[in-house]
Amino acid sequence: MSWDYAALLPGAIVLSSLLPGVFIFLLQEESHILRTVLNLIGAVAKLVLVALLIYGVWAGQVFETRIAIAPGLTLVLNADALSVLFVTLSTVLWLVTTVYAIGYLEHSTNRSRFFGFFSLCVSATVGIALSGNLLTFVIFYEVLTLATYPLVAHRGTPEATRGAKIYLAYTLSGGLLLLVGAVWLRTLTGPVDFQEGGVLGHLSADVHGQLVVIFALLLAGLGVKAALVPLHGWLPQSMVAPAPVSSLLHAVAVVKAGAFGIVRVVYDVYGVELASQLGLLAVLSVLASFTIVYGSVMAMTQDGLKKRLAYSTVSQVSYIALGTSLLGPVATIGGLVHLVHQGIMKITLFFCAGNYAETLGVANVSQMDGVGRRMPLTTLAFTVGALGMIGIPPIAGFVSKWYLGLGGVEAGQHWVLLVLASSTLLNAAYFLPILYRAWFRAPPAAWPKEHHFHTRFETMGALLWPPVITAVFCLLAGLLAAAPFSPLEWARLIAEREYGL
Amino acid sequence: MSDPLMTAPLVLCIALPLLGALLVTALPRWSVSLGIVSALATAGAAVALTAAVWQQGTLHLILGGWDATLAIALHADGLAAALILMVNLVGLGISVYATDYFHDRLRVGAFWPLWLLLWAALNGLFLAGDLFNLYVMLELLGIAAAALGALTGNRDAVAANLRYLLVGLLGSISYLLGVALLYTAHGTLDLGLVAQRIAAAPELFAVDAAAMTLMVAGLALKAALFPLHFWLPPAHANAPAPVSAALSALVVKAAFYLILRLWLDLFWPITGMAAAMLLASLGAVAIVWGSWRALRAERLKLLAAYSTVAQIGYLFLFLPLLTATPPGPARDDLLAALLLMALTHGFAKAGFFLAAGLVQTHAGHDRIDDLGGTAQRLPATTFAIAMAGSALIGLPPSGSFIGKWLLMQSAIATGQWWWVVVVTTGSLLASAYVFRVLSRAFGLEPTPVRFVTDARAEVPALTLALVSVAVLGLASGPLWRLLELGSAGGGA
Repeated sequence: MSWDYAALLPGAIVLSSLLPGVFIFLLQEESHILRTVLNLIGAVAKLVLVALLIYGVWAGQVFETRIAIAPGLTLVLNADALSVLFVTLSTVLWLVTTVYAIGYLEHSTNRSRFFGFFSLCVSATVGIALSGNLLTFVIFYEVLTLATYPLVAHRGTPEATRGAKIYLAYTLSGGLLLLVGAVWLRTLTGPVDFQEGGVLGHLSADVHGQLVVIFALLLAGLGVKAALVPLHGWLPQSMVAPAPVSSLLHAVAVVKAGAFGIVRVVYDVYGVELASQLGLLAVLSVLASFTIVYGSVMAMTQDGLKKRLAYSTVSQVSYIALGTSLLGPVATIGGLVHLVHQGIMKITLFFCAGNYAETLGVANVSQMDGVGRRMPLTTLAFTVGALGMIGIPPIAGFVSKWYLGLGGVEAGQHWVLLVLASSTLLNAAYFLPILYRAWFRAPPAAWPKEHHFHTRFETMGALLWPPVITAVFCLLAGLLAAAPFSPLEWARLIAEREYGL
Repeated sequence: MSDPLMTAPLVLCIALPLLGALLVTALPRWSVSLGIVSALATAGAAVALTAAVWQQGTLHLILGGWDATLAIALHADGLAAALILMVNLVGLGISVYATDYFHDRLRVGAFWPLWLLLWAALNGLFLAGDLFNLYVMLELLGIAAAALGALTGNRDAVAANLRYLLVGLLGSISYLLGVALLYTAHGTLDLGLVAQRIAAAPELFAVDAAAMTLMVAGLALKAALFPLHFWLPPAHANAPAPVSAALSALVVKAAFYLILRLWLDLFWPITGMAAAMLLASLGAVAIVWGSWRALRAERLKLLAAYSTVAQIGYLFLFLPLLTATPPGPARDDLLAALLLMALTHGFAKAGFFLAAGLVQTHAGHDRIDDLGGTAQRLPATTFAIAMAGSALIGLPPSGSFIGKWLLMQSAIATGQWWWVVVVTTGSLLASAYVFRVLSRAFGLEPTPVRFVTDARAEVPALTLALVSVAVLGLASGPLWRLLELGSAGGGA
């Protein structure tokens, strides 16, 4: 362990939310100003540190924090291009979500507990993003499970308890499979440090059978969080969580951690060539395609807005896995850029869903007639997110779909176009009716449970601006896709390094 | 190594708690303050001992200047030092907690002498260098433990602990028979000398094997290895909370330590794969059965007690792996992992029981199904249960996560992959029983006012749980160095 700046920065990024989190637990419930200050200090400090990190990685600096837990077992946090992508996404969206959560939970109970675990959750997520080896990844992956459980159970109602239990049963079982796979892999190779291009290429063909089984274990473990069908059962159940939690779960933390893990395992552990040679990519692409279509079909049948969005997540997150499973840099770009794009679009949609529920008491699609007139800015943000999900240019989602389709063609897998086309149609089928209701139908005489906030806007500022800001991100990510430092350009940089171009 | 300054902690670790026991008996009016002073002094001696072993390597002292074959020998290597440190830090935590736990004079007056006596016996057992001295400490430990366990005075507790006492006596007698056989065959009681003579005299295999069977069986009874665990759950669940913590975290560990010591240092030449497999299979059944019973338990402390049955099982899984692994880094890892799991369980289970005791005090009962409100009103206590629980499951970053990682790694590397199935099943069941408790803490109760409600009781519980999770899991490197210093290398 050395103590210079480059060796401390990744650790500091994790600690910048962990330490405020620990202090928040100790705070008395009434001291909400102090709690808010701690929350924001953590979020802003993390943003500043990440900006330093991006600048450093751009300038070619190597950042690595190494802590020896025991001989041969080392906790490694480092920043390569892929981790920077995910760290930046989580840090930016955490700041926005913190503001939203402060507004959302005003006057509710157990806020110290909530924000404490909220900070732990984000610390675990950036830990996952910065993990430099499989051991570190497994550790933060499990910590994420533990930190999220209290957030899902937060409301304390019987459904919340039940949803949290289901969440835990899935994720802990998945975590164990991941652990067994990681241990097994370690006995074959020694410490598994992530490296662009993979680290298993040197192994003899005798162990290829074992590698396939290990991949199955790892994929099962990661697939639970990434909500690959048939491991997705927990996701719709955990919709009972408060809106900021759902936003974070679906856009940044849990689901994304699973998808990110799949990307890591395919590119930086197995290496895309070996994975393709072993036939693993084919399996992954079938699973991902099935999940994309299945999730969309299920979304159509849901009346609950959050449930519909949840199934939409099941479908959309698998775009990342699909991009990973196609051999060729263009598909890789499509998958990676969707990691960011799905995050900003989905968080917008969940913020809006939370606003409808908090301001009007509207939780079901069938109640959404005319919400656009009562809450125009929120509904505008929702529209941007929904159109983006469908893949309408110039919103971010279009860029992802374009690169995925192109990648499919490049890899000679033309059926990908079919999957994308059917998914787009289905997306339109479950999003457009909502938009129609919201904008063109007449509002009801009275909303189910309307709250009047003393503000000149349609709802409380802390609830309104986060979705508006993230909707602007969705537009910018699409419009400025070719600008330097855009998600697309960064994904291109990663793909070039993975394929050694 | 007879420098009196360096070897003084060896004697002090045993003498200080004994002295303390005498003082609190003589001056019952001052028992709480004298007790806590003795606890601090003893823990200080243990820290000094560990530091001495860290710097000097193995310490050895012969008391009374008799001939080595019969003398009372004290001996501290890395393994003993690490366990001593754990026992004394946990002991200190339990003592702080106990200052505020007992309120009637009778119990206060009875607790402190017995507790300090138990502590002296524990330290004596870890430091004893000869077989007879070990027997004396074992007997003393058993009697003090049973008396402490019955301290609540209710019928269930007295019945359970009377049984505990008889079982303990049976175990000690079986051990003593084995010692007698060894003494007859080899003419000495010193551990090191007996070990040399066993290795040098393969023709005495039958006697040695019989002695080993008797001794290990007697100790397995005391360590509550399945199916000899029947006495543990009622005894541990009915004792007062600080006592439950000591019994479950420390006393059982002492019996296991003795098995390990005999296995590694004494009987190494004659232990075969068959014996190791037998013990490990019993351990595997213990893991599944204990966890299952913990899951079905209606009371929090009974849950914790059954969890101890399961956790002891994990320690026995290491025996066939140690047998199959030749000396080298892989074996060092395995020993360290074994030690790490034992230490983590010590801290975690003590923290768990102390927190459970608080819940019981506040709620007036410990029925898991009705605990929701209490758990939610005591955030620090619930936190302690959560952290200790995640160490029991083996979730990162706890010490048992590293332990299980290395255990599974070795199981795969040596081809004994079935232990991986046992470990994962055990972990799943453990998650189920831990979260069965924790899920009660998220109800519709009003928000608690502050994090810590009762500092003198909650801080020890929280600290012990925190050590098991954060310290042991993230900085376990020193254990490797301690073990390197010691002679617990097997056959060395």
